Amino acid sequence: MEKKWEEMTSDEKQETLFQRWISAEGVKFASPEAEKLYKERTTRFKNALQLKTLPDRIPVFLIPSLAPAYYAGLTPHDVMYNYEKITPTWKKFYMDFQPDAHGGAFVPSPGKFLEIVDFKLYKWPGHGVSKETTYQCIEGEYMRADEYDFFIHNVLYFFNNVWPSRVFGALEPLGMLPHLAGVTEMYGVSLPFIPYGTPPVQAALKALMEAGNEAVKWIGAAGAFGMEIIAEGFPAYQVGVTKAPFDVIGDTLRGTKGIMMDMYRQPDKLIAAMEVLMPTFIKLGVDSAKQYGCPLIFMPLHKGADGFLSDEQFKKFYWPTFRDIILGLVDEGVVPFIWAEGGYNSRLEVIQDLPKGKTAWLFDQTDMARAKKTIGKVACIAGNMPMDMLTVGSTQEAIDYTKRLIDVCGKDGGYILANGAFFDEVKWDNLRAIVDTVKKFGVYK
Amino acid sequence: MAKDLVNTLADLKEQEAIKIAKDRLSAGEDPLKILEDAKKGMEIVGQRFASSEYFIPDLVYSGEILKAVTELVKPRLTKTAESKKLGKIVFGTVAGDIHDIGKDIVVFMLDVNGFEVHDLGVDVPVQKFVDKIKETGAPIVGLSGFLALAFDSMKETVEAIKAAGLRDKVKVMIGGGQMSDEIKNYTGADAYGKDAMAGVTLAKKWIGAS
Repeated sequence: MEKKWEEMTSDEKQETLFQRWISAEGVKFASPEAEKLYKERTTRFKNALQLKTLPDRIPVFLIPSLAPAYYAGLTPHDVMYNYEKITPTWKKFYMDFQPDAHGGAFVPSPGKFLEIVDFKLYKWPGHGVSKETTYQCIEGEYMRADEYDFFIHNVLYFFNNVWPSRVFGALEPLGMLPHLAGVTEMYGVSLPFIPYGTPPVQAALKALMEAGNEAVKWIGAAGAFGMEIIAEGFPAYQVGVTKAPFDVIGDTLRGTKGIMMDMYRQPDKLIAAMEVLMPTFIKLGVDSAKQYGCPLIFMPLHKGADGFLSDEQFKKFYWPTFRDIILGLVDEGVVPFIWAEGGYNSRLEVIQDLPKGKTAWLFDQTDMARAKKTIGKVACIAGNMPMDMLTVGSTQEAIDYTKRLIDVCGKDGGYILANGAFFDEVKWDNLRAIVDTVKKFGVYK
Repeated sequence: MAKDLVNTLADLKEQEAIKIAKDRLSAGEDPLKILEDAKKGMEIVGQRFASSEYFIPDLVYSGEILKAVTELVKPRLTKTAESKKLGKIVFGTVAGDIHDIGKDIVVFMLDVNGFEVHDLGVDVPVQKFVDKIKETGAPIVGLSGFLALAFDSMKETVEAIKAAGLRDKVKVMIGGGQMSDEIKNYTGADAYGKDAMAGVTLAKKWIGAS
C-alpha cells in the first residue's frame, strides 16, 4: 500500500516527485517520438541530479531571458504587450534549438498589467527603457532601516499591505488598511472597514480588479506554452521559484546599500528578520513542487556573490538561513536548482556542507574545475557558458569551450551544460553549436 | 585619548570616527586637517580592498562614514578647500543601461583618490560622453555597464569618440557585470577594471604616464 506523504522519508518524497514528473500522467504527447524524448530527457536529468546512476549523456539546458523574442525578430515590448505572441515565440525557440528542458514562458510579464499597478521596482520596454531593450531593476529602500521590529512582528501584513503600497503606485492606499485580527466580536466589527469606503482605497481596489483581469488575460495566452511544449517532449527544469532570505531583504526590501549598512548597524535585527522569512519561503517552494508534480524549484542567488560579502559576512548573514531553506525543501523531497549568479569561487568550500544528491548548482563566473572538486562531490553542477562567448565569440570558440566543459565537468556524471547568465540577443549559430556539441561529445560510454 | 581618525575610519568604527571628528572640531582644530585625515583613512580602506581584506560592503560603509564626517566639517570650512586634483575623468553608465551601484562605488573611490570625476549618470547617450570630453578635456573615460546590451553601447561610444577625433586624446576603461578581454577588444576600450580599486590603479597609471 502506498505510504502517506507525511510518513515518507525525504528520499522517498524526492523519488515520488521525480516519478510523477517522469510519468507525465494526463499529458497528451504530440507523437510517440515526443513522448520518448520526454521520458529520455527527464530520466537523464534525474540521473544527473541524484548522483547515483550515470545518465546516457550530459543534459544541455538553454536558459534564456528575452532571447526567444529577439530570435523571432520581435522586440521585448512586442511580447510584453501582445500576449498572444508569447507562446508561439517561445515554442519556436525551443523547437529550433532542441535543448533538453525549458524554463517556461513567464519572462515577458504583461506590460499593461505593470502600467495598471504602476510597478516602481522596474523600468520596462516603453516605460523607462527603449522598446528594444530588456526590463531593468531599480532598487530602493522599500523598507526603512527603522522598520525591522515592525517587519519581524508583522511579516505577512508587511508583504500584503505595506510593501505593495510602496512598490505599486496604484496600491499606495493599501498601506493604510488595518488588518482584521482585532475583529473578534459584534462590538466595533465595522470600524476597520471604514477605510474601504474612502475614494483612495476604492480607487486602489478598482486598480486591483483591473490588474487581476489583465493577469488572467495574460496567463490565458502565456500559460498555453507549458501545455504545448511538454506535448513536444520538453520537460520543465523548474516549476516554481524561491529565494535566500538575504536576497529577499536585499533585493526587494532594503536594497543593496541598505542591507549592507544593516550588517554593520543592526546585525541582530537583520538575522532575526531573515529567520522570520524562512517558513514562508520554504512553503513557497514545497507548494509549487507538490502542485505541479515536479521536484525542481529554482533559486536565483544575488547578494552573496564573490566580492559582495566577505567570507565572515557570507557565513554569518547569507549562508545560515539560506542553508536552512535548502534543507527544509530537501526534507519535502524538493530539489533546489540553485543559480549562483556572479562568481562563487570564494564560497565553494562553505556550500559543500549539504546532503549528497539533493541539490543542483548553476554557476556563472565560477571556476568550473574547482566547483567539480568541491560542491561537485555532493551536488549536480551546471554551467557555465559565458556571456562573451555567446555574444561576441566565434562559433569555433563556443565549440571549444563546450568541449572543455565536457572534459572538466562531465566526468562521472553530475553535470548539466548550460549558460552562466540569462541571455537576450546572442549569436544564434553559437547556441546551435553548443547544443550540437554536447549531443555529440557529451555521451557517456 | 585616541584621536586617531585615520585608523578609526579605516577600521570602520562609525560612531567613534564621528565622535573624534566632533571633538576635534570643538577643540578648534583646522577642519581641513580633519578632512585630510578622513581621506587618509579612505586610502587605507582602498588598500585593504585591493588586497581582498575588505569587500564591497566595507567600501560602501566607509563611504557613509566619510560622508558623515564631511557633513560635520563642511560648514566650518572658511575657504574653498580644493586640493589639487590628479586629473579629470568622465564617467557614466552607457546608453540603454540604468545600473548605477557599481558605477557609484568606482566614482566614489576615484574621487577619494584625488580625481575630478564628471559623473554623467546612467543611460548616457553616446553624444553626451563626447560632448563632456570636449568640454572638460578629460584624458580618461570610464564606461560602466551591467547588461549584455551594454557591450554594443560601449562599442558605439568608443566609435563616436574616435569619429570626433578624440580617440588618441583619451584612455577608455570599461567595467561592469560580464567583463573580459574579449569584451574589451570588442568594444575598442583600452582596458577593463574588474573592481573599483582596479579602476583607481588604471586611472593613476594613465595619469602618471600622460
